[in-house]
Amino acid sequence: MILTVFAAAAPPLAGSRLIFLAPADLLIIVIYFVMVLGIGVYLKRFANTSNDFFMAGREMSAWVAGLSFLSANLGALELMGWAASTYQYGILAAHFYWIAAFPSLAFLGLVMMPIYYASKTHSVPGYLHLRYGEATHALSGISFAVMTILMSGINMYAMAIVMKVVLGWNIHFSIWVSSLTVAAYVALGGLYSAIFNEVLQFFLIWVGVLTVPILGMIEAGGWTGLVAKIHERVQSDQYVHLWSSLGTFSGNPMGVHWTGIALGLGGVIAFGYWTTDFLVIQRAMAAKDLRAARLAPIIAAYFKMMVPLIVILPGLLGLAVLPYRLVPEGEAGHGLHSFNEVLPLMLARYCGPGLLGLGITALIAGFMSGMAGNLSAFATVWTYDIYRPYLCKVGSDAQYVVVGRWCTILGVILSIGAAYFVTQFKSIMDYMQALVSFFIAPLCATVIIGMLWKRATPKGGFWGLLAGTVASVAMFTLVKFNHSYLAIIALSPDAKEMAENLYRSIWSWLICVIVTVVVSLYTTPKPATELQDLVYAYTPIPLEDKLPIYKRPIFWAVGVAVFFAILQYIFW
Amino acid sequence: MLPVWFFIGVLLAIYGVIILVMAVLDFNQTTQAVLAEYHPALFGGVLLILLGGFYTFWFWPGRRKKD
Repeated sequence: MILTVFAAAAPPLAGSRLIFLAPADLLIIVIYFVMVLGIGVYLKRFANTSNDFFMAGREMSAWVAGLSFLSANLGALELMGWAASTYQYGILAAHFYWIAAFPSLAFLGLVMMPIYYASKTHSVPGYLHLRYGEATHALSGISFAVMTILMSGINMYAMAIVMKVVLGWNIHFSIWVSSLTVAAYVALGGLYSAIFNEVLQFFLIWVGVLTVPILGMIEAGGWTGLVAKIHERVQSDQYVHLWSSLGTFSGNPMGVHWTGIALGLGGVIAFGYWTTDFLVIQRAMAAKDLRAARLAPIIAAYFKMMVPLIVILPGLLGLAVLPYRLVPEGEAGHGLHSFNEVLPLMLARYCGPGLLGLGITALIAGFMSGMAGNLSAFATVWTYDIYRPYLCKVGSDAQYVVVGRWCTILGVILSIGAAYFVTQFKSIMDYMQALVSFFIAPLCATVIIGMLWKRATPKGGFWGLLAGTVASVAMFTLVKFNHSYLAIIALSPDAKEMAENLYRSIWSWLICVIVTVVVSLYTTPKPATELQDLVYAYTPIPLEDKLPIYKRPIFWAVGVAVFFAILQYIFW
Repeated sequence: MLPVWFFIGVLLAIYGVIILVMAVLDFNQTTQAVLAEYHPALFGGVLLILLGGFYTFWFWPGRRKKD
């Protein structure tokens, strides 16, 4: 392995934790918990109707909706996970922030948000109900609710593990304190509270981690010094180039080809995640008007493309300046740290009392924003897509708010159960990401075809979604049982696991598209009157020619494209 | 409804004060942190107070009619 060149042993762990906090650090963490609870208590008075509780009154500005949209995705698992991946794979990990943000987020803002917004649905399963009918609605609603709870539980468990490793905190203490705090503020203020705290958490994450890239670049001697140090340690140029090493599967540490990154990641997975995951779409739907809803994902795209500054750069700096090598999770312990600890290690390297508390608060904030996002989305989907259509069709508005509040509590209880379930079956964590990916690629095809092709029929949508999902599960299972199938799915014997994820997504997306189109051509489409505000051709897009150019979403989307192109050129 | 920016301003300003006080108290203390001679907490504390103070002042309740 390339990293063995600097295989010096890490210093022994001091006790069983990485970091010791001073009283000032603990004070910063306590103030954070008081603030998020205070915001929940304050916002309770505004969350009286179902529109307030589930959609934040649809009165958020583009900035608030956009930052919340991104923050719901910017969990601490993401921060620490991608910093770790950067340590392993180098700057290739930045593809998951750059090509994963453009063009998908611009497409969502320009093409899809007008349809989501005009359909007046409360959720993505709700849109599928209107466009494709009951079967697709039930399938997506129930699977989304289950996935949300499991992901929330896994987040909770992961946070407890990190707090144990980093700070030596008791796992049960971390799970209960964080989950009860999130439950309290989401149940009190609903989506208002979730969005407010997500924007707050976005700021905390930035100010908490920013010390690492600033001081790290000073220590490394700027970008030139950083590249020289990495080259000295790994004896390779592959760690600091985005595209030039992707001509072959064997030419880069990730074992992927540029077609997989461009089509699989930038095309299918990014589109699938951003345009169909209700967890993030719900934030844009809460915008005060259509223009704000369209701008929200575009604003998020700018910040998404800047996140590598606090995630990818610390990973690269860890590779360059840490005086010992990090190892895979299974080899950690006995004085060796794992890749996953690179971000806390870098925080501990540069931050003294006070700043360290801020950095740890940033990680806690990241975990809590991810959990709150899952809970608010769960409460909405449960109330609107399961409780109202199947259990209580004639309830009052106030009754649905009460159900939403209790759903939040129920969601936390189920999440805590899921967290303890995961502690018993840790391999489930590995499978969960794959499980979620089973649905994303085909769902992306189903939703986009439904929006752009008025000829798509309810049967076409349902069978396409089912065929794509089954194909994805089948490919995953084949590789699990016989690893040689990886070379067939990813089109190369040199392909690694990451390539399998990317190419599996492409194949399942294609299968979904083909089945949807073929079945639709042989079945009866919905009449045009039933497709108003559900497909692009029948959705009135307000003209913006009277707006100044800088207020038009298309202007800012072009800016995202330029920003993206510049980054690709610099780090090619 | 108070704008979210007000809450952000208040929290960042409080954090700025805590970090600045710690930086002043520990100014001559030796620490294990790398590049401690640059006193990052001092700069960080001042920047947080400025940023938080700006948001707190600009979005103070009643100062602006809408977010």
